[in-house]
Amino acid sequence: MSATVPTQPVEGLPMQRDEIKTIYERSVEGRRAFAAPPLDVPVKPLDELIPAALRRSTPAQLPQVSEPEIVRHYNRLSKRNFDLDTGFYPLGSCTMKHNPKLHERVAGLPGNARLHPLQDPARAQGALELMHGLQESLGEIAGMPHVSLQPSAGSHGELAGLLLTRAYHEDRGEQRTKVLTPDTAHGTNPATVTMAGYEVVKVGTNADGGVDVDDLRAKADDSVACLMLTNPNTLGVFDPQIEEIARIVHGVGATLYYDGANLNAIMGITRPGDMGFDIVHFNLHKSFTQPHGGGGPGAGPIAVSDRIAPYLPRPQVVKREDGTFDLEHDIPKSIGKLRGFQGNYGVFVRSYAYIRSLGAEGLREASEIAVLNANYLLALLRRAGVAEYLPAAFDRLCMHEFVLSGAPMKRDLGIRTLDLAKRLLDHGVHPPTVYFPLLVDEALLLEPTETETKETLDHFADVIAEILAEAKADPEIARNAPYTTPVRRLDEAGAAKKPVIRQPL
Amino acid sequence: MADASYPEDLLYHAEHDWAKIDGDVATFGVTWFAQDSLGDVVFFDPPAVGAQVTAGEGYAEVESVKAVSDVIAPLSGEIVEVNEALKDTPEQINDDPYGEGWMVKVKLSDPSQTETLLSQADYTAQLG
Repeated sequence: MSATVPTQPVEGLPMQRDEIKTIYERSVEGRRAFAAPPLDVPVKPLDELIPAALRRSTPAQLPQVSEPEIVRHYNRLSKRNFDLDTGFYPLGSCTMKHNPKLHERVAGLPGNARLHPLQDPARAQGALELMHGLQESLGEIAGMPHVSLQPSAGSHGELAGLLLTRAYHEDRGEQRTKVLTPDTAHGTNPATVTMAGYEVVKVGTNADGGVDVDDLRAKADDSVACLMLTNPNTLGVFDPQIEEIARIVHGVGATLYYDGANLNAIMGITRPGDMGFDIVHFNLHKSFTQPHGGGGPGAGPIAVSDRIAPYLPRPQVVKREDGTFDLEHDIPKSIGKLRGFQGNYGVFVRSYAYIRSLGAEGLREASEIAVLNANYLLALLRRAGVAEYLPAAFDRLCMHEFVLSGAPMKRDLGIRTLDLAKRLLDHGVHPPTVYFPLLVDEALLLEPTETETKETLDHFADVIAEILAEAKADPEIARNAPYTTPVRRLDEAGAAKKPVIRQPL
Repeated sequence: MADASYPEDLLYHAEHDWAKIDGDVATFGVTWFAQDSLGDVVFFDPPAVGAQVTAGEGYAEVESVKAVSDVIAPLSGEIVEVNEALKDTPEQINDDPYGEGWMVKVKLSDPSQTETLLSQADYTAQLG
């Protein structure tokens, strides 16, 4: 293995030699990828079709390139990317599981792919039935019967959850100002709290990695609207105090929100509804195999308990008594519409295909293997030569992910978690999540998922051991990695301070 | 980036902040350990001159390539001066945490609070 992994910059690899150009820089005046056939319909003046006031006055500046140029450009870009179809991608709390190819076939069926968002519900019965079926399935998995598919991402589901919380309290004549989040929370939680107009109050973590219940009790009062919790949390720890936590939160009249980012650990084993949660969001791109979209299209459906149901977004997909499906707009206390149309339907198709092809037993097995894989990898990394530099942050069985601390590695070998992460790229492995959760020094958060083989996990552990051994001999190798990627270390500080976000045309 | 150092003439707060006392005015900043943990600082969000700060509570934010963190005030008082240069050159917090990387000057409301701070020896001992 080591013989083939360069330890110094490699010049002239095809990807490094290749000049990086945008599609606009490839544009040449007059070049075309498409020739329109002769017109075979009567000509109408443009003014009759689109009023002049609605038309642009100058032509759009689109790149002018030939078809082979377009194909090569995007093919080249795709090769510069590291994705799940390229290699192991153990990004903690992101659940980078395989996207079954069957789902693409189903999503591409003309009845799904060509559906128009303005189609009359009477003529979109199949689509509505699928959405209704997905609602029922997600409700069953969550242990909360009322589902809305409207939110378009996990963070959007969080926002929906807090808007629902506000509607619930205002309906009861209550004004609440604070939302509690543990210090292990995903960054989106406090961001959502702020966006929804509440004040963030942090709750501490106990020695076992769970919520500091005394701290929670001290901070829970009738000014608190909600506690947002991830369980298992970002330390990969399931908090067994959840029933006590729910009692405290409900005792002051607040809602309990379940961040579904880590649902992959518990599907079919336990349910947020049974733990006492009021609202949960699902990340269909994490637990339910929708591809991670780099910003879209996504879906972050929510499920809620009975007391929150009257405020759900509208319209809702419902089944009428005659067995037909429809969009219900008559929800008087609804928080309203959260987005245009009904959501990203293609995402629903893929996730529904996943749930139906695995079934209840299969989903449970997926979670069990996700947890088993994480524990297997954690056990492998407890070997000599690794554990003394990268100890587990919490020395116990983990759930579907676990956290290591690179602090001893930084102290004793002189390489940081970032250096280890960069060096992994030279081995064809995507690094895990780094420097999160924040409360672990030099953190690495690893989530192998259920779809990785034993051989892949063994190889990853070997690679980690090899990088540490290499750093012991010469830390400069990792400090200057990666060597084999299209671009090497990026100036992250420069990118944040002086971002170049426009390209002159 | 500068080498690890903890000047003896400063007082320290356990949350990795330092204070330099000059009569009833103190200069605040973050320690070498803090800037090393943060990584490259890309933005410093200072408080307004005239704002009150409370010992043990956040008075400013620093954003690094890793995270956004609160900066904790070692002592209580009123902000009398802010290091405006950090707006354009926040990297001074990494390069010179005890010099050009200073953050604010504070007129102390209770100078006796300095007794609660750590000496250089005590602070470095708790870093382990």
